[in-house]
Amino acid sequence: MDLTHDLTSVIAKSFGLFYLIALSVGITVYAYWPSLGKRFDKAANSILDDEDGPCR
Amino acid sequence: MMERLTGAERQIALMICVVMAIVGLVMAAAGRGDPMGSHGAIVLIAAGIVTCFVLRAIGEPEPAEDRTTSYYDDPTKAGLVIALFWAVVGMGMGVWVAAQLAWPDLRFDAAWSSFGRIRPVHTSGVIFGFGGNALIATSYHVMQRTSRARLAGHVSPWFVLLGFNLFCIVAASGYLMGVTQSKEYAEPEWYADIWLVIVWVVYFVLYIRTLARRNEPHIYVANWYYLAFILVVAILHIVNNLAVPASLTGAKSYSAFAGVQDAMTQWWYGHNAVAFFLTAGFLGMLYYFLPKRAERPIYSYRLSILSFWGIVFFYIWAGSHHLHYTALPQWVQTLGMTFSVMLLVPSWASAGNALMTLNGAWHKVRDDATLRFMMVAAVFYGLSTFEGSFMAVRAVNSLSHYTDWTVGHVHAGAMGWVALITFGSIYSVVPLLWKRETMYSWKLVEWHFWLALAGTVIYVFAMWNSGIVQGLMWRTYTDSGTLAYSFTDTLVAMHPYYVARACGGALFLTGAILAAYNVYMTIRHAPEKRPERDYPTSSEATEPAVPAAE
Repeated sequence: MDLTHDLTSVIAKSFGLFYLIALSVGITVYAYWPSLGKRFDKAANSILDDEDGPCR
Repeated sequence: MMERLTGAERQIALMICVVMAIVGLVMAAAGRGDPMGSHGAIVLIAAGIVTCFVLRAIGEPEPAEDRTTSYYDDPTKAGLVIALFWAVVGMGMGVWVAAQLAWPDLRFDAAWSSFGRIRPVHTSGVIFGFGGNALIATSYHVMQRTSRARLAGHVSPWFVLLGFNLFCIVAASGYLMGVTQSKEYAEPEWYADIWLVIVWVVYFVLYIRTLARRNEPHIYVANWYYLAFILVVAILHIVNNLAVPASLTGAKSYSAFAGVQDAMTQWWYGHNAVAFFLTAGFLGMLYYFLPKRAERPIYSYRLSILSFWGIVFFYIWAGSHHLHYTALPQWVQTLGMTFSVMLLVPSWASAGNALMTLNGAWHKVRDDATLRFMMVAAVFYGLSTFEGSFMAVRAVNSLSHYTDWTVGHVHAGAMGWVALITFGSIYSVVPLLWKRETMYSWKLVEWHFWLALAGTVIYVFAMWNSGIVQGLMWRTYTDSGTLAYSFTDTLVAMHPYYVARACGGALFLTGAILAAYNVYMTIRHAPEKRPERDYPTSSEATEPAVPAAE
C-alpha cells in the first residue's frame, strides 16, 4: 500500500480527530482527578523552599 | 572551575578535548579552500582553549568537598554569564541590522556585513546564543532543585554547555562567510547539525538521569516543559536537517525534501522552534522562578498540567499557517489555522495562571523590578499568543503575511516574553548562585526594566504601523485595476517606522548591557550573604541565648 496524499488526509481527518479528543479527555480526567489534589498541592509548594541542598 | 572535577573526570574531559581537536584538524585539512576548513580551525582553537582549562586543573589535588551536600552550580553560573554575553552580541547585531534597513550605507560595502549575512547572526545570536544558554543554565538549576538531587554527572553538563556554544560559534561565523542551507532558524550546514544532535542527546540523557535520582515522587511541572523543549527540539532538528552533503569536504548540502514538502517540513520545524524552543522552555522558567520570587505557589497546578498537554499537542500541528495561499493543500492550511486558534486556550491558561499567582502579591510586583520583569513577560506572552492565533487566520494572514507585522509579532514574543522572563530569572538566580545578599544595584535593575519595556513597546508599535501600511499599500488598486503603489513607494512610507524600530531596539540593547554590567559587578563586588542555618553554630559567641523574637 502506498502512502499517498489521499490516504494521509483520510487518516488525519479520522484517526487524527479521535486520538486528539481521547487525549484531551484523558488529560482533563488526570488533571482533575480528586485524589491527586494533595499530590499536586505538595508539588506546587515544594519549590518554595528548596535551597537546603540535595538529598542525594 | 575544573578543580572540582575528580581526577578520573578530568581525564575524560581531556580525552573529549583531544578527540575534538582531531576532528577540527581533519575538518581543517579536508575542507581547505572551503568555509568548512575555517570551521575546522575554529573547532581546533575551541578544543585547545578548553584543553588549557582542563590541563591547569589536571595536577591539582582531588576535590575534598562532600558531593552529597550541595547542588552542582558551576555549569549554571558559566551558562548565565555566556548567555548575557550572547545577549549583548545578538541584540547589538539586531540594532545594526535594523539601522541598515533605515540607513543602508551602514553596510560599509563589505560582503560579510550584508543584511542577508548579519541578520541570521542576530536571530541565531539571540535565540540560540542568549535564549539557548539561558535555557540550559536554568534547566540545570531547576532540575536539581525540584528533584532535590545533584546533577547526574560532572563532565556531561560542561560537554552540553560548551558543545552547544561551539555550535553557536560555528553557526554565526558560517553566516558571515556565506554558509547557509537557507532554512530560517536552521541555517547551519550539515556538520554543525550533526554536532548539535550529539550535544542534544547528551543533554536529554543528563536530564533524564538527574530526574531518575529525584527524591520527590511527583515531577514538578517546570521539568515537563524543559523536557518537552529538549525532546521535541531534537526531533524537529533531526527531521528538518535531513540533507545530503554535496561533498564530505565542503559545507554545501541539499535538502532531502523537495518543493512544497520541503517548505512544509521547514515551517513545521520553524513554528515548533517558536513553540518548543521559545515557549516551552521559557514556560519552564516561568513556572519555577515566578512562584519562587513571589513566594507563592502557582495559582492552579491542575491548570498548568492542562496547558502543558494543550501546548504540546496543538503546537505540533500549527506550522502550516506559515504557508497560507501557497501550493500546500488547502486542508493542511486550514488544519494549521484551526490548531493555531485553538492554541489560544492553553496559552492564555498559562498567562492567566501566572497573573493569578501574583494576585494578592501586587505590592511585591510594585516594589520588585525582578518580579515585574516576570509579570510583564506573562502579559506579553498573553498578548503575542493572541496576536499569533489571530494572524494565523487566513483572511488576516492575507494582509499580514510578508509584511513587518510578522516581524513586530515575533519581537513582541521574543523581546516582551522570552527576553523579559529570562532577565527576571537571571536577576532572581544570580544572587542565589553566587551567595550574594542582592544584586549589585537594584537601581540598574529598575533602569533595565523600563528601558526594556520602552524599547519593546516602541519596536512593536513601529512594526504594527509599518506592517499594516505596507500590507494595505500592496493591495490597493487603481480604477483601471493596476497596483496603486510601486514597491519603492512602500519603502518611503516605511522609513520613519524603521528609524523608530532601530531606536526601540537600541533602548532594549542598552538594558541588556546594563544587565551584563550589573551581573558582573554582583559577582565581583556585591557583599556576600551569610548563610542562615537552623542548627547551632560552633561558635557560642554569635549564638543568642534566646531567639530574638521571643
